[in-house]
Amino acid sequence: MKLKETIFDPIFKSNPITVLVLGICSSLAVTVTMKGALVMALSVMAVCGISSFILSTLRNTIPGRVRIIVQLVVVAMMVILVDQILKSFEATFPIDKQLSVYISLIITNCIVMGRIEAFALGNKPIPSLLDGLANGAGYGLVLLIVAFFRELLGSGTLFGMQIMPASYVTNNLVILPPFALILLGCIVWVQRSIQKDLQEK
Amino acid sequence: MEYISLFVKSIFVDNMIFAYFLGMCSYLAVSKNVKTASGLGLAVMFVLLVTVPVNYLLNKYVLGPDALIEGVDLSFLSVIIFIAVIAAIVQIVEMFVERFAPALYSALGIFLPLIAVNCAILGGALFMQQKEFANVGESAVYALGSGLGWFLAIVALAAIREKLSYSNVPAPLKGLGITFITVGLMGIAFMAFMGISL
Repeated sequence: MKLKETIFDPIFKSNPITVLVLGICSSLAVTVTMKGALVMALSVMAVCGISSFILSTLRNTIPGRVRIIVQLVVVAMMVILVDQILKSFEATFPIDKQLSVYISLIITNCIVMGRIEAFALGNKPIPSLLDGLANGAGYGLVLLIVAFFRELLGSGTLFGMQIMPASYVTNNLVILPPFALILLGCIVWVQRSIQKDLQEK
Repeated sequence: MEYISLFVKSIFVDNMIFAYFLGMCSYLAVSKNVKTASGLGLAVMFVLLVTVPVNYLLNKYVLGPDALIEGVDLSFLSVIIFIAVIAAIVQIVEMFVERFAPALYSALGIFLPLIAVNCAILGGALFMQQKEFANVGESAVYALGSGLGWFLAIVALAAIREKLSYSNVPAPLKGLGITFITVGLMGIAFMAFMGISL
């Protein structure tokens, strides 16, 4: 496995959301604003990268039968760390209650467990770290694209700054959760038009 | 009366799939035909109904502020306790079903152990914590309602996908793309319940 492919494949060619269909569960409710999406993307990148690294260093000492429990414990520990770090910055960088539930739900985010099972348990620590980070980045990229359209059309802002002219009437449909799925369907459509080998028969 | 309104609200207004996108991975993967979809839906409903009240009791009498030891707040441990309880209960449920209802066990197959990592289950526990229910009965009603909502959603999507396989969808949109859009449109239809206050 070449290092370059490890880093760039998950971002477009085997993107965790649009190709592998992993980790849609907890992600789409956080894409109403760019800020929420960015916090979520960075959290998933950190959790995925570091837990892949830790489990990869332990891969020869974990017995196969209990590996799921070991994985859950390591991932849960990382998620609690991220959650506590975010909480400690609450005064300067407020995060709404809704988002904090989804941060906790990173534990059951299939991307993290999926990459540990598929990559980290069979590779050296440094490539595993890169693989985890790259998958987190691929996930974050899709999150940011969806959030870009939803915040721009739904509130007329980006990162809380007014972008649309004051006369723009905000589109409330875009803020509603189902619209995120429709946008995601459109992203899949665009990607599969470019990359024809992904199309299903 | 409060129980009925909570029940209806958790099925339709706070639907796990259409309002919170929880349990999406298995929802998309296992909705190709109605039979397996309803099997998974029943299993999720059952596991939610067992785990949410147990986690409620743990949250109230062990993890809450001043619950176990005066002046100690263990709520930062809640996520790890919830996931451990869920994994353990899924394991126990699996053994019980295998021993006492082998027909159901073979019908559910691999879905039963996989429920441990279904976001809807952990999500149910976390929302239960956020909603601060007054007693264990309320949490059980909430669990039953959200499980039923999940069941309805997966059966409805499976029925639509069975029909979709005969229609003429643009090639790049086939499979995953059209399923995303279908779920989105179903979600908009479910929005009709949003104005209802009970």
